[in-house]
Amino acid sequence: MGQDHGLGGRKMSKEKDYASSALVTKREKIVNGIVFVLLCLGAVVMVFPLIYMVATSFMTKNQILSGSLTLFPDPILIGKYSEVLKKGEFIRGIFNSLKVAIPLLVVGGFTSSLAAFGFAKMHFRGKNALFLALLATIMIPFAVVMIPQYVMFTKLGWTNSLLPLIIPGCFGNVSMIFFLRQNLIGMPDELMEAAKLDGCSYFGIYARIFFPLLKGAFGTQLMLWFMGIWNDYLAPTIFLRSEKNWTLQVVIRSFNSYYAIQSDYALIMAASVIAMVPTMLLFFIFQRVIIESIAISGIK
Amino acid sequence: MSAMAKKEERWAWLFIAAPFFGFILFMAYPICFAVFASMSKWTGINSLVGNLCGLENYVAIFTDEKFWKSLMTTIIYLIGIPIGMILGLLLAMGMNRKIPGVRVLRTMYYVPVVSSLVAISILWAWVYNYDYGLFNSIIKALTGIHGPNWLGDKFWVKVAMIIFMTWKGLGTSIILYLAGLQNIPRNYYEAALIDGANGWQRFKNITLPLVSPVTFYILITSLIGGFQVFVEVQVMVTNGGTDYSAATVVYYLYDKAFSNGQLGYGCAIAVLLAMIVFAITAINFKFQNKWVKTMD
Repeated sequence: MGQDHGLGGRKMSKEKDYASSALVTKREKIVNGIVFVLLCLGAVVMVFPLIYMVATSFMTKNQILSGSLTLFPDPILIGKYSEVLKKGEFIRGIFNSLKVAIPLLVVGGFTSSLAAFGFAKMHFRGKNALFLALLATIMIPFAVVMIPQYVMFTKLGWTNSLLPLIIPGCFGNVSMIFFLRQNLIGMPDELMEAAKLDGCSYFGIYARIFFPLLKGAFGTQLMLWFMGIWNDYLAPTIFLRSEKNWTLQVVIRSFNSYYAIQSDYALIMAASVIAMVPTMLLFFIFQRVIIESIAISGIK
Repeated sequence: MSAMAKKEERWAWLFIAAPFFGFILFMAYPICFAVFASMSKWTGINSLVGNLCGLENYVAIFTDEKFWKSLMTTIIYLIGIPIGMILGLLLAMGMNRKIPGVRVLRTMYYVPVVSSLVAISILWAWVYNYDYGLFNSIIKALTGIHGPNWLGDKFWVKVAMIIFMTWKGLGTSIILYLAGLQNIPRNYYEAALIDGANGWQRFKNITLPLVSPVTFYILITSLIGGFQVFVEVQVMVTNGGTDYSAATVVYYLYDKAFSNGQLGYGCAIAVLLAMIVFAITAINFKFQNKWVKTMD
C-alpha cells in the first residue's frame, strides 16, 4: 500500500503521518468506497476505446458494419493479424522505425549524457546561459523550424533516406539532458574532486564514476525517447519523400486512408494494435519508473 | 585562471559540443532562415532572394480568412485544457486517498498518453464513425435516436476533437497533480481540521494554492502543445474537415507549405505562430506570482 504512493524516500515519513493521524473514521471509509468506485468507472472509460479497438480487430466485416453495439467478436477471427503481417510495407515500416531508433538512442544517448555531465559537474564560463538557451528550445514549436529543415535536408540530398530523422537527434536530446543533469546535480561533488585528485581524466570520471550511478535515470529517459521516436509522425511525413523509407506510423496512416474506403476496419485496427504493442509492453513493464520520472517534471 | 581550470573548461566545452552544434544547426539557423524566408514569395523552386517582398506575406495573412479560421479553431480546442485540469485534479485527489490499487488505476489513466497518436487517432475516427461507430451505437442503444455526424459536422467536429484531446492528455495531469498532492505535508490538513475548516475551505486554502506550481506547469506545457495540434486533424478528417472546420494553424501551415508549395508564406505563418506561443508563455510567466504559490 505504502509503495502505491511512490516517490521513494518520502514514503517513510508519509507512513508515519498516516499512523499519527489515525483518523480513518467510518464516514471516511464510506467516502473512500465511493471514490474508489468512481475512479474504477473512470478508468474503464479511459481504456474502453482501446478494448474496442482490439475487439474490432477480431471481428468479421458483417459484425462491424451491423451498427449494433457489440463488443465480443463472434466468431473470433485472427486472420487480419496475419494479413497485416504479410504486407511487405508494414514489415518494412517496422524495420525503418527500428533503423531510426537504434542509432539515435545509441549516439544521442551518449552525447546527451555526456553533455548532462558537463552541465552538472564541470565549470566553464557561460554555462548557465547556454543551458537556459538549450532549455528554451523546448518551447519552440517544431512547426516553426520544419520548413527550413526540410529545405536543408533536401539540399543535402537526405530526403531519400532516413537521415533527416536520425542525424538531428544524434546531437542530443534537450529533455534528456535536462533530466540527467537534474539527477547528476543531486550526486555529491566530492566524487568528482576525489577522482580528479586521483588523476582520473574527465571522460574517465564520466564513464567510470557518474555514468554507472546514472544508469537507472538513463534507462528511463531512453525508454521515453524510444516511445517518442516510435510514435513520431509529423517529421517522417515531411522529411521522407520515398515510400520505401516510411516509418511505421506513416504506414499505418496510409493503411487507414486506403482501407477505410473498403471499410476494412478490422485490418486497420489490427495494424494499429500491432503498432502499439512495443510501447505498451515497455510501458507496462517499466510503468513505475516512467510515471515517476513524469511526476518529477512537474514539481522539480 | 589556473591551468587546471582552463583544462576543465576545454573538456567541458568538448562534452557539450554536440548539443551546442545541434542547437545552432537545427534550431538557431532554421529560425533565422524562417524569418528571412517569411519575407519572400518563395516556392522552393524559384529563388528566395530574387522574390523578396518585405512584409507582404504578413499583410496577406491579416486578410487571409483560412488563417483566422484555423487560428480560431486552434483556440477553441484549448477549451480542453481547463476541462482536463479540473478532471485531472479531482481524479488525483481521489487517488490521494487511502484506497486500494492506486498504482493500477493511475497506469490505466496513463495508457492513452503513451499510445501512438496516429493509432489512437485512427481508433477515435472509428469511434466517431457516423454509421457504425462506438459513440453513435451507444447513443442509439440508450436513446433510440441517431447521434450526430461527429467528424462531418462543423460544430460537432470541434466537440469531438476536444473530447479526444482531453482523453489523450488526462493521464499526464493526474500523474502531475498526484505528485503535487503527495508533496503537501499532511499536518497542514490536520491543523486546518483542528481550526474547524470544512472540506471546501481546506481545498480552497490549502490544496489549490499548494498545487498551483503544478497547475502552472500543466498550463504552460499544454498551451505550447495546444498550438501545435496537427496529427489528430490530419488523421481523423480529410482536407481539414467540412469547410476547413477542424484545421489548426499548424495544419494550415503544413497545407500551405507542403501541399501548395508556398514556402515563404508558410514561414510567415510559422514566425507568427512562434510569436504567439512566445507571447503567451511570457504573459504566463509574468503573471505567475499573482497566483502561483511556492511551498515555503
